[in-house]
Amino acid sequence: MEGIVVADEKLPHPAEDKPSADAKPAGERMPQSTDVSEGPADEKVYPGHAAAGEPDPLPVKHPTDSIDRLQATDDLDEMVSGGGAPTSNPVQHGMFGVIGSGDTSGMGGLVRRRPTAAPAERPYGSYFDETVDALAAAFPQFDAAVEAVTVDRDELTIHIRPEFIAQVCQTMRDDPALRYEFCSDVSGTDYLGEARRLHVTYHLLSMTFRRRVRLEVAVSVDDPHVPSVTKVYPTADWQERETYDMYGVIFDGHPNLTRILMPDDWEGHPQRKDYPLGGVPVEYKGAEIPPPDERRQYK
Amino acid sequence: MTEHSTSSRASAKDPFAATARDTTEGKVYTVTGGDWDTIVGSDDPLHHEKLVINMGPQHPSTHGVLRLVLEMEGETVTDVRPVIGYLHTGIEKNMEYRTWTQGSTFVTRADYLSPVANETVYCLAVEKLLGVEITERARLIRVLMLELNRIASHLVWFATTGMELGATTMMIIGFREREMILEIFELITGLRMNMAYVRPGGVAQDVTQDAIDAIREFLKVMPKRLKQYENLMNGQPVLHARTKGVAYLDVSGCLALGVTGPVLRSAGLPWDLRKTMPYLGYDEFDFEVPTETTCDVYGRWMVRWHECQESLKIVQQVLDRLEPGPVMVEDKKIAWPAQLAIGTDGMGNSLSHVAKIMGQSMEALIHHFKLVTEGFRVPAGQVYTSIESPRGEIGCHAVSDGGTRPYRVHVREPSFVNLQALPAISEGGLLADVVAGGASLDPVMGGVDR
Repeated sequence: MEGIVVADEKLPHPAEDKPSADAKPAGERMPQSTDVSEGPADEKVYPGHAAAGEPDPLPVKHPTDSIDRLQATDDLDEMVSGGGAPTSNPVQHGMFGVIGSGDTSGMGGLVRRRPTAAPAERPYGSYFDETVDALAAAFPQFDAAVEAVTVDRDELTIHIRPEFIAQVCQTMRDDPALRYEFCSDVSGTDYLGEARRLHVTYHLLSMTFRRRVRLEVAVSVDDPHVPSVTKVYPTADWQERETYDMYGVIFDGHPNLTRILMPDDWEGHPQRKDYPLGGVPVEYKGAEIPPPDERRQYK
Repeated sequence: MTEHSTSSRASAKDPFAATARDTTEGKVYTVTGGDWDTIVGSDDPLHHEKLVINMGPQHPSTHGVLRLVLEMEGETVTDVRPVIGYLHTGIEKNMEYRTWTQGSTFVTRADYLSPVANETVYCLAVEKLLGVEITERARLIRVLMLELNRIASHLVWFATTGMELGATTMMIIGFREREMILEIFELITGLRMNMAYVRPGGVAQDVTQDAIDAIREFLKVMPKRLKQYENLMNGQPVLHARTKGVAYLDVSGCLALGVTGPVLRSAGLPWDLRKTMPYLGYDEFDFEVPTETTCDVYGRWMVRWHECQESLKIVQQVLDRLEPGPVMVEDKKIAWPAQLAIGTDGMGNSLSHVAKIMGQSMEALIHHFKLVTEGFRVPAGQVYTSIESPRGEIGCHAVSDGGTRPYRVHVREPSFVNLQALPAISEGGLLADVVAGGASLDPVMGGVDR
């Protein structure tokens, strides 16, 4: 299990989490469903919000929506990196699941970074060198198009700049030395915390050479445009629709980019990491069990 | 409220997202097909022959909740639009909130006619991420279960397709033999379907002598029953009339549309991952990959019929090789500590294990508790594994961030991908051939919608 990075930095105890709580205006942390008829909002004392300089012994609890929870994450991020530029590498906080859930285990200060696969060094091994060389020979803009090549667990991943993906797929399919004539799978992943957090992966299969390769592109939520590969691989049609439906990646040039699994007028993209699971609490023998994504749980 | 404010903020920048109305009763979603009015309204029914027919999602011959919007000129289908999503249950999203071991329980429910294939491809992905090697006996048991499951799935296909083409006897006898396999599954796993039997690191339970006897009995009976199907169906003129030359899709069409499995092999390409990219040691078994060159529904019928015979051969070979041994990896940090026992109400805890952790060893209790509630950590990275399910290539793209729960699991469902070919094989044909062509793709909506 050497791939795990554990606790490279330690945060102050949650009780000392004052700077971040005070740095934000009180109004931003309030529950949105507060009944304002009881008086001016800024006079109210909310659970978790330290009132009148009195230290709050418990970690700050945010009953607000998940965007605010993410905001809290950013605060922690800044503290970890000394307030410098936000890292592109998302961090994971503590041993338990939900941020601000009143975790009193003492483990809340542990920070774990998600390791990213380092670019591979030549020789890549197996048929990987051959595939990358053939792509470099057949695709004139190789240097501009390829961001990185990684090899992990005997699998080759070529990270492509989004604007080139359709042309690269065309070459991968048609070049006689490559012949990735079958597109097995197109799917998305949301790496929340990265600048270009929405990744689309294409698993190509060469039936001629019996090889597989993974192409991966990354786009941001603000500009989630990726050229559609449906002209090269018509099978990507529904799979791109699913990726759009679940992650909001917009595939330019797709013949009919509509929702496919969710209802037509659904709001949001459910498989993004900041989209809540949407469960309801369940009462069992007098105790209330919170929905799965709000339970205290291990990571 | 929480959900709403999040999603509306997320969609504010998204020009493609639709909006929902807020009413006095809360949020209301319209779940009718969005383009129905457009399609119907675009044509004047008094002056044209065009007819728009809605088929499903509650239609007995759409294999579940598949909805088809058909445009017809007389009896000829000019346009088919499959509408899916009625059975979407968020399996992939839900898995991100459960441990890696619990993931088995979720994927097994995707394609409910081939649960073992779903579990196996998922567990192969987890094991590849972990870098563990399963035991010999666990490997053979997986092959055994996969092949029995393949036969069971094809039997349902014979049964339902026969019924849709008018052969109700086929339906009765197909389900009769499938029942035998489900009983074997029950003997082995405690459950008939959705067994969550294949677990990361091996399988949940050893195969007992009772089950092996039942399988041997099945191996004696089944060839005769396959012969019975052959006599009943394979040469039948009505079947030929309904299936030959119907729903034509050749190799290039299959590859472009991503179609794999019996449909691809009915077009003549012997592409079967068990042979071409072997996994679980399939290369050491002696079996053929049946193909046809007719590219039609009849070819797919024959391919599946022959595949049942080949699967029986593999099951026999597995039984011959099965040696006693462990069925779970030795690493106690991955293997669940309990050898589960089959009780009267399905699979339950092993009493001896409970007695040990509760009465003798506190460390064992702590370890059990940590492993079951927290789960094991999986080193960060991503993998893609694929195996040959009864419907074609089923793949699993699993991403780990180094935690005890999957960061992302995507299942490449052959049902989902193959169903895209439905317009290509049925446009220009008759309405009755849409039923035959759709059935020949063998879509299972649990897998399509996940």
